This record gives sequence, C-alpha cells and structure tokens, in this order.
Amino acid sequence: MSVKERDPLTGHQTTGHEWNGITELNTRVPRAIWWFIGITHLWALVMWILLPTWPLVTSYTKGILGLDQRELVAGEIEAGERYREHWVVRFEGESLDGIRQDETLMEVVSGAAPAIWGDNCAVCHGVSGAGGPGFPNLVDDAWLWGGSDEAVLESIRVGINSAHPETQFSQMLAFGETDILTREQIRTVVAYVQSLSGLADPPPQMREEGAMLFADNCASCHGEDATGVNDLGAPNLTDDAWIYGGDTETLFVTIHDGRMGWMPGWEGRLTQAERKMLAVYLLDVLPEEGG
Amino acid sequence: MIGALTVGQRQAGLVILILGAVVGLAMAAAGAGEAFGAHGLIILAFCAALSFAVLARLDDPEPPAERRRAYYDDPIKVGIVLSMIWAVIGMFFGLWVAYLLAWPDLTLDAPWASFGRLRPAHTTAVIFGFGGSALIATSFHVMQRTSRARLAGEFSPWFVLIGYQLFVILAVTGYLMGINQSKEYAEAEWYADLWLVVVWVTYFVLYMRTLARRNEPHIYVANWYYMAFILIVAVLHIFNNIAVPVSFGGSQSYILWSGVQDAMMQWWYGHNAVAFFLTAGFLGMLYYYLPKRAERPIYSYRLSILSFWGIVFFYVWAGSHHLHYTALPHWVQTLGMTFSVMLLVPSWATAANALLTLNGAWHKVRDDATLRFMMVAAIFYGLTTFEGSFLAIRGVNALSHYTDWTVAHVHAGALGWNAILIFGAVYAAVPVIWRRERMWSNRLVEWHFWLAVMGTVIYVFAMWNSGILQGLMWRTYTDAGTLQYSFIDSVSAMIPYYVARAVGGTAFLIGTGIGVFNIWMTIRQAPEAHLALDRPTSPAGEADDRSVPAE
Ligand code: HEC
Ligand code: HEC
Ligand code: HEM
Ligand code: HEM
Repeated sequence: MSVKERDPLTGHQTTGHEWNGITELNTRVPRAIWWFIGITHLWALVMWILLPTWPLVTSYTKGILGLDQRELVAGEIEAGERYREHWVVRFEGESLDGIRQDETLMEVVSGAAPAIWGDNCAVCHGVSGAGGPGFPNLVDDAWLWGGSDEAVLESIRVGINSAHPETQFSQMLAFGETDILTREQIRTVVAYVQSLSGLADPPPQMREEGAMLFADNCASCHGEDATGVNDLGAPNLTDDAWIYGGDTETLFVTIHDGRMGWMPGWEGRLTQAERKMLAVYLLDVLPEEGG
Repeated sequence: MIGALTVGQRQAGLVILILGAVVGLAMAAAGAGEAFGAHGLIILAFCAALSFAVLARLDDPEPPAERRRAYYDDPIKVGIVLSMIWAVIGMFFGLWVAYLLAWPDLTLDAPWASFGRLRPAHTTAVIFGFGGSALIATSFHVMQRTSRARLAGEFSPWFVLIGYQLFVILAVTGYLMGINQSKEYAEAEWYADLWLVVVWVTYFVLYMRTLARRNEPHIYVANWYYMAFILIVAVLHIFNNIAVPVSFGGSQSYILWSGVQDAMMQWWYGHNAVAFFLTAGFLGMLYYYLPKRAERPIYSYRLSILSFWGIVFFYVWAGSHHLHYTALPHWVQTLGMTFSVMLLVPSWATAANALLTLNGAWHKVRDDATLRFMMVAAIFYGLTTFEGSFLAIRGVNALSHYTDWTVAHVHAGALGWNAILIFGAVYAAVPVIWRRERMWSNRLVEWHFWLAVMGTVIYVFAMWNSGILQGLMWRTYTDAGTLQYSFIDSVSAMIPYYVARAVGGTAFLIGTGIGVFNIWMTIRQAPEAHLALDRPTSPAGEADDRSVPAE
C-alpha cells in the first residue's frame, strides 16, 4: 500500500507507508537542526584539539593546552596551601595562649574551626561538643586526660586506644567477666558509686561494704577519693558528668563488662595548625556558645 | 489464558516450571539458613504456584485454530497489570526512601529497612519492574500492530514476561536481604544475572521472528528503537556482569573487571541502561502511541532516521561523564563530555519530531489527558536530555556531581519522561487490548495527569534547589581559605527540600493509585467495543492465519 498522500495541514507528502494507521511525512530536516549539529560538533572538535582526548596505541593525544587533571589538582592544592600559609605558620609557632591573644588568629579559628570540627569530631562528640553515651562531653569541666592546653592537644594528636604509636592507653577492667567481683559485689559497688554523686542513698552497711570494695579494686585507677586520675584516663566518679551513664543498669554493665573508649589519633590526618585550632575551639569557643 | 495455549505448550510449560522448582529446591538446600537459601525457596514457591495454575488447566480442550487470526494479546494484558503492580511497589519504596531522608528514624531499626537496601529496591522495582514490564508489554503490542502479524509464538512471550518477573523478584528481595553486588542498576547477583540472559535472548529471538513474519514491507521506527533496546541491553548486561561465583551454593561472586576498568564498565553499562532501557525502548513507545492517539502523521521520517542513528551512535560513547574527576584518565572524560554534548542534537530532534507531530492535534491535547500525558513526556524528555548534556560538561559536573542535582535530573527523566509516558501509553492501550470503548473514567485520567505533573514538578524543583545548594555549600571558602560549611551543615540544610520532595512523591504515588484503580475498573466495567480491524491481515488485506513454525 505504497500510496503517497499529501497532508492537507502541512502540505508535505507522506512517505507512502502506513503502519496500523500511522503514516510519516517526508518533511525535510529543519535547517535549525543542521546548525545545531554544526555548532555542537565544532565545539567538540575544538575540545579535542585543546584537551587530551583520543587514544593512540600506547598513549593519547595530549591536546595543545597540555592539561592533565592530576597536575591541575596538585596545582590547586598547592595554591590553596600558599594562600593559607601566612596564618598557618603563625599557628604553628604560637602556644594556645598566644593564639588566644591574637585577634586575627582568633578570627581564623571562629571562621575555620566549626567546619573542621563538624567534619571530623562532631560525628562522635556532637556538633555542640556535648557528646552522648560513650562519647564524652568536651564542653564541661570533667576531663579524662586533663583539660590543660597540653593535655587536650595531646589527646587530639595521639587519640585514646588508637592506632597511633604513642596513643594514650586506658581501660576499665571487666570486673564481672573476669570474676574478680561477684554480681552481688558489683551491685554493692554500684550503689556506692552512685552515692558519691548523690544519685543514691544506700543503707550505711552497704555503703561501708561498697567503700571497702572500692578501695580494694578501684581506687588504684580512680583515686582514693574517686575523683579520677588523669594520667590513667580514669574519670571522676563523684561529679555528675558521665560518659556511659550513672543509672544502675549502665553502671552495672560498665563494671561487669569493662569499657575501653576509642578516640582516633589525628596526627597525620589534621595538620598541627588545625589541631591547635580545634583545641582552642573546644576549650574556648564551644563552651561560650553554650555547649 | 492458560486455556488459550495448546496442550503441548502447557506440558512444555509444566516441564520448565518443574525444572525451575528443582533448581529452587537445590538452592534452598545449598544455602539453608542464608539469603541464598531464601532465594531458593522463592524460586520454588514461584514455580510451584505457576505449576498448579497450569496443572488445573492441563486437560482443558485445545484452543480453536481461529485464534491465529487475532493478535496475541494475553501476555500484553498480564504485562500491563504486572507493570502497574510494580509501579505501586517501586514508588512506595521510593516514597519511603524520600520520607526516610527527611525523617531518618523511619528506618525502623531493621537492617532490611535501611537506606542502603531500600534504595536499590526502589530503583530496581521502578526501572526494571515497572519500566521493564511496560516495555515488554508495549513492545508486544506495537510489534504486532505495526507488523500486522501475530506474535511469532504463544509460549515464548510468556516465558519472557514471567521469566523476567522472576528476575526482578530475585533482585528486589535480594537487596532487602542484603544480597547486592554493588553495581548500581546491576545489583543482582550472578544467578539472577544468568537467568536474565536466558530470558533476554528469548525475547530478542521472539522479536526478530515476529518481525520476519510481518505483513508490512517496511519496519516502523518504533520497532527500530525496541530492537536497539533489546539488543544493546543484552550486550550491556552480559559485559557488566561477567563474574565468578565464589561457590555455586552461595550468592557471593567477584566481577571479572577490577579497579578503574570496572568503574568504566559499570558506567558504560549504567549510562547505556539509561540510553537503551529508559530512552530507546521508551522512544519506541512514544513513536507508536503518540501519533496513533493524535491521529497525525509523524512530522518527519528523515528526522526519525537522523535521530535514531544519532542516538544509537553517540550514546555508547558518553558513559564516562559519570566518572569526571576520578581515577579515569582525563582523555576518556573529554571523550565522554564531547559525545554527550553532540548527543543533544538527536535527542532534541526526537523530542521536536514528537511535538511537531502534534501540530494539527493541539485541540486533542487540550481535551484528551491521555495524549497530554505523552506530550508532557516528550517535553520532559527534551528537558532531561538538555540537562544531561549540560551536566556532562566537566566544569558543570564539578558542581552537580554527588549532589541532589543528579537526583533531580534522574527524576525529571524517570517521572516526567518514563513514568508519565508509560501512563499515557497504558491509557491508550488498555481499551484496545481489553476491547473497551474507552477508559472507565476520563475524569480520573485527568486527575492522575495533574497529580503526576504536579508531583514531578515539586520533586524536581525541590531537588534542583537542594542539589545546587549542596554543591555551593561544599565549595564555599572562608576568607582564610578554609571550608565555610561542614558536611553536616549541608545535610541539615536539606531538610525542607527533602520534605518537599516527599510531598511531591506522595502526589505522584496517589496519582498512580488512581490510575491503577481506573485501569481495574476499565477491565471490569467499561462498556465493550468491537474493534473489527484490529487483527493481522496480509498485504492484500486478507485475514492472516499462518501458523507459527515451532518455537
Ligand atoms: C570515633 C569517634 C570520635 C571522633 C571522630 C573523635 N573523638 Fe574525641 N573522643 C572519642 C572518645 C570515645 C573519647 C573518650 C575515650 C575514652 O572514653 O577513654 C574521646 C576523647 C576525646 C578527648 C579527651 C577528653 C578528655 O576528657 O580527656 C578530646 C580532647 C577529644 N576527644 C577531642 C576530639 C577532637 C578534637 C576530635 C576531632 C578532631 C575528636 N575528638 C574526634 C571519640 C571520638
Ligand atoms: C585499670 C584501671 C581501672 C580500674 C581498676 C577501675 N577503673 Fe573504672 N574506669 C577506668 C577507665 C580508664 C575508665 C574510662 C573508660 C572509658 O572511658 O572508656 C573507667 C570508667 C569507669 C566508669 C564509667 C564512668 C562514666 O562516666 O560512665 C565507672 C562507673 C567506673 N569506671 C567504675 C569503676 C569501679 C566501680 C571500679 C572498681 C570496681 C573501677 N572503675 C576500676 C579505669 C579503671
Ligand atoms: C513516587 C515517586 C518516586 C519517589 C518519591 C522517588 C524517590 C526517590 C528517592 C528518595 C531516591 C534516593 C535519592 C538519594 O539517594 O538521595 C530515588 C532514587 C532513584 N529513583 Fe526514584 N522516586 C520515585 C519514582 C521513581 C521512578 C518512577 C523511577 C524510574 C522510572 C525512579 C528512579 C530512580 C533512580 C534511577 C534513582 C537513583 C538516582 C541516582 O542514583 O542518582 N524513581 N528515588
Ligand atoms: C542527552 C541525554 C543525557 C545525557 C547526556 C545525560 C547525562 C547525565 C549526566 C552527566 C549525569 C550525571 C553523572 C554524575 O554526575 O554522576 C546523569 C545521570 C543520570 N541520568 Fe542522565 N543524561 C541524559 C538523559 C537521561 C535520561 C533521558 C534519563 C532517563 C531517566 C537519564 C537518567 C539518568 C540517571 C538515572 C542518572 C543517575 C546515574 C547515577 O546513579 O549516578 N538521563 N546523566
């Protein structure tokens, strides 16, 4: 049925074929399309001449601009470093106190630190630094390894129980798992620990027993008065700051199963300037923002 | 339907189903207690259920010989229904993911309901379940009508359609159970992949044999596209999935390719899945249903040829635009970028060919929501391909990559082009296939249309905004030369857009629900029609009752 018909609407002929009622017009390809082809192909050709494009046997056409994405990236990274160099060297040379007293450096801290903190630390310690179960609050006065400038910088540099060769090592023994204490004894010492911060008020006899157990088993790390020993990363148990929690069940788990927090070491991952910036940020800026 | 098969075909079907059940049983035994074993049970249940259905009809009388004078529409009916079921399932998953991104607690604390598992369940159920079933069903419809010949077989169409469902079921359930070979849009593991090869080769053979029986001297454009879709998808699927199983009793396998070659192979596949699954196949659909519904001749045959070869030629070079600024050599990226831009010409030429075909039928577009679905799809096709070519330019991609801008582009295509076109095609096909005068309710088609368009527009605008915002936040520097925003800042900034996207998606899914209801009512209640001429005829116009050589 090859009958060419003329479409009354457009005046174009059909091709003469028909499929289930569908016909096709023989309209020429609009001129705009040829232009469009010309422009896009010309653009492509220019790109091919300028940029690396076509594979050859063992190499490829390099393009007259001689660009290479690896070199470009390396160049951009270097340029970025050069741009930051003027304040980076000053951070490296200054103590934290020196940084605090230097307004321009403090401006850099308030501009740059939130993003570095957000990208590296906030996953564990929270955007505000207030932490959560298992991750200590860094904007209070309770410290595992000490809240001095040096201690905080060191914690950030080497981490805690991390893969860093100089890492700070700490461990809360698993008194139940290792059968050092019976479940009954653990319950007693839990009550005693709670009494230290006013969370519980056990009967005098139990308190006494607890105190004995504590002195025998715990004081070596947490101190006679249970206020913690920074050199061992053992926390103060008399305040209301808890890493894992002060309720009876959590305390039981802590003492029965032990704990070993893990904080990555950041040397190698963050520059010295960035680590100092973070230390100032978490010691001075974050607490002021209300933690 | 089973009664319309010959007794021999029913027996053959039974044999295959029993073989399948045995394989399922073996897999269940080998992988007992693991996800692989669960897949065995699924195969077993799938084959057993179908065998019972066949057994119940095994002794029915032979079908009458006159059936050969009609088109074979039973598999099309089932294909359309399956496609709609997958639409609801797949979009439900998509919507869940959308709500999950706005309210992260919706993950239910269950592994199977985590983002990483729901997301591929969504993409696979919509692309392969909804899109694939619609492609198979419409291809059966289009090839018979435009060839004026009955399908070259009664058994193989079922094998293709039902076998394909098994693949999609294995894929989607696998992701939920944690089976995933970590290649986007090709996440299914080796045994499902092998099965798909068998199904797909059968599909290709069936298509070629039907075309060989055609009563038209020429092959209509829609069929070129469907053929390109079937052939190239086979090639892509095989090359991207060459893997060595760790054992035949487990789901784990290792892909042959490694490193940057694997990445290139994956995105050559991924991009051409877009090109030949979501574009070429759908252009086949567009080229049939749009002129048919508009009752206008195709604007230009020459434009059809130009764009067909343009699309087929340029697309296969473009995959590397998914890997800009990666370990992939710079020169491969330049190639991908330039071919992607040249690809815009045939893409727009096709969209223009479709829209210009509507000249003289604009009053129909105004009155007929079904045709309007197709027109909007053609517009979104033009928009998406323009956006795609733009995103393929390296400098632009530097901003858009890894952001929701990609997701906006995807859904401008997936919702605006693919889904909306399917609905248009289905609304056009259902009355013909089920011999109905019209859809049960045109008002509901109208409602569906506006909900779909509104949903798409809300979705895409929300993601454009969030995507560009993300991209800009990630590259904003302070005066000191450090990043201004942390990643989590950019995540928090997304919340309003994610809520908006969920709202748009809800509208789209409600529209889909209305469409499913309308189709159901059409099948059950719309007035019957007799389409006297809708049957195979020889070139001389006589009834064509040639029998099909053995399959
Ligand atoms: C993977 C989670 C994680 C990340 C990321 C992390 N921390 Fe920590 N951090 C911890 C944990 C856990 C501890 C407490 C270890 C313990 O309980 O012994 C800790 C402890 C600390 C301490 C010591 C607190 C004290 O009381 O002495 C400092 C200081 C600290 N982190 C700073 C940082 C900074 C700065 C960053 C970002 C560069 C950071 N942390 C990133 C988990 C993390
Ligand atoms: C070997 C040293 C050591 C001994 C002995 C020890 N602890 Fe600890 N304890 C630690 C360290 C270190 C931590 C911090 C662990 C962490 O942060 O991961 C800790 C943490 C705790 C905590 C958790 C505090 C919180 O904020 O959640 C409790 C409670 C506690 N210890 C109680 C005890 C009790 C009770 C005993 C004795 C039965 C005891 N510890 C003995 C080192 C010790
Ligand atoms: C109710 C409608 C839909 C909703 C609400 C929806 C929602 C989503 C969501 C939330 C994602 C994940 C985005 C992310 O990772 O950030 C997604 C991804 C995707 N969806 Fe949908 N979707 C819908 C319909 C569809 C349809 C019909 C198709 C295909 C025909 C489709 C194809 C895809 C694809 C391919 C991706 C992956 C995108 C990428 O990797 O960039 N979606 N969808
Ligand atoms: C000329 C045509 C097109 C070109 C040049 C093109 C180009 C692109 C580009 C550059 C990307 C982003 C890659 C990245 O940054 O990761 C992309 C992603 C995508 N496009 Fe297109 N596109 C085109 C048409 C379409 C169409 C019609 C669809 C139909 C739905 C589509 C679906 C997708 C999908 C699903 C992705 C996401 C891939 C992923 O998961 O990362 N594209 N496309």
